[in-house]
Amino acid sequence: MAGTFKFELVSPERILMSVDAQQVIVPGAEGQFTVLQGHAPVISTLLPGVIHVTTEEFKKTIFVRSGFAEVTADQLTILAERAFIVDEVDPRHLDDELEAAQQALDSADTDDARLHVTRAIEQLKALIGEAA
Amino acid sequence: MASLKDLRNRINSVKATRKITKAMQMVAAAKLRRAQEAAIAARPYAERMDAVLGNLARGVASPEGASKLLVGTGSEDTHLLVMMTAERGLCGGFNSNIAKLVRLDAKRLIKAGKSVKILAVGRKGADNLKRDLGKFITDRVSLAGLKSVGFEQANQVADKVMTGFSDGEFDVCTIYFSKFESVISQKPTALQLIPASLPEVKGAEAEAESIVYDYEPEENEILDYLLRRNISTQIFRGLLENAASEQGARMSAMDSATRNASDMIDNLTLIYNRQRQAQITKELIEIISGAEAL
Repeated sequence: MAGTFKFELVSPERILMSVDAQQVIVPGAEGQFTVLQGHAPVISTLLPGVIHVTTEEFKKTIFVRSGFAEVTADQLTILAERAFIVDEVDPRHLDDELEAAQQALDSADTDDARLHVTRAIEQLKALIGEAA
Repeated sequence: MASLKDLRNRINSVKATRKITKAMQMVAAAKLRRAQEAAIAARPYAERMDAVLGNLARGVASPEGASKLLVGTGSEDTHLLVMMTAERGLCGGFNSNIAKLVRLDAKRLIKAGKSVKILAVGRKGADNLKRDLGKFITDRVSLAGLKSVGFEQANQVADKVMTGFSDGEFDVCTIYFSKFESVISQKPTALQLIPASLPEVKGAEAEAESIVYDYEPEENEILDYLLRRNISTQIFRGLLENAASEQGARMSAMDSATRNASDMIDNLTLIYNRQRQAQITKELIEIISGAEAL
């Protein structure tokens, strides 16, 4: 297996995760991409979706609403405005999040925003389906 | 001269006051610790944001195509002052210090012929400015009933700022908050939000960070996205600093109030004892001289 790199997930309130990861799959604005050690430097915004983190010890799924990722050869930093680690939260949290997203859809006033929220809702529904 | 009973009542009332101030001090100390932790935990996000933004902004060669959030609208006739204060008083000079700074800047801008709008976050600052600058307060955001400030509140304020800016209601936006330096020192600070004031990057750091990034989507799009995010981040940072400062100011204000109450009780007790002694002596003299007269 390839070497590890530092993965950090930072929300405005605190650092949610800081680990040495082997592989991270990121839902980039222009398509999903996988980060391994030695990835070319990229700055990308994120679409609502799931991040898959693989480390030596565990595999985790993280849900993000929006944010951006900064990739350098030995580090991946994701600044997410709203994120949670799916395996660590109460399943009910997903429903709450879905409800919040649906409310956001009603108040979204541009096509861009609507597209964004619709995607978030789809992803959340998929996650809830998996959990059930 | 107050009677013994009056004195006794006063001592009791000051004692009750001291209990309250002491309790408030301890509550503030507990809240301060939490607020401080929140402020520290929020730092990495803001720092990374600054770093990436600084990188990108330096990369933008032509200012013509750049976002208005970065370069401004080209004029600076209307200023929006976002004043962040607390919902509650009894915290020393905390609220009035921020209001004082806003008042000073607002008067200076008005004198220079600019028009001024004030967005008041928190009740206390608006109350303070009501008399002389009340007509400039265009909007308010209430923080009442919140246990702790979250990113949602910052977004709420940022949304107002962004809508106002895209509607062309103002050209320059500045936020005012109290920077938390230590428990006894909070510094009212002004920070320009639009056009964005970017952090100075030191020479060595700039060189280390000169990695050439690929951008997805386009550089300008990312920059635009980040600048918008940056506004909520800065406001959030201001709110958190403010929360910590408020508790710090309240703690030291209540500490000195408690101390003052103790001093006052000591003084009153001394006067009370002296008067009691004088009264006993007086009664004794009356009895003795009565007996002698017989």
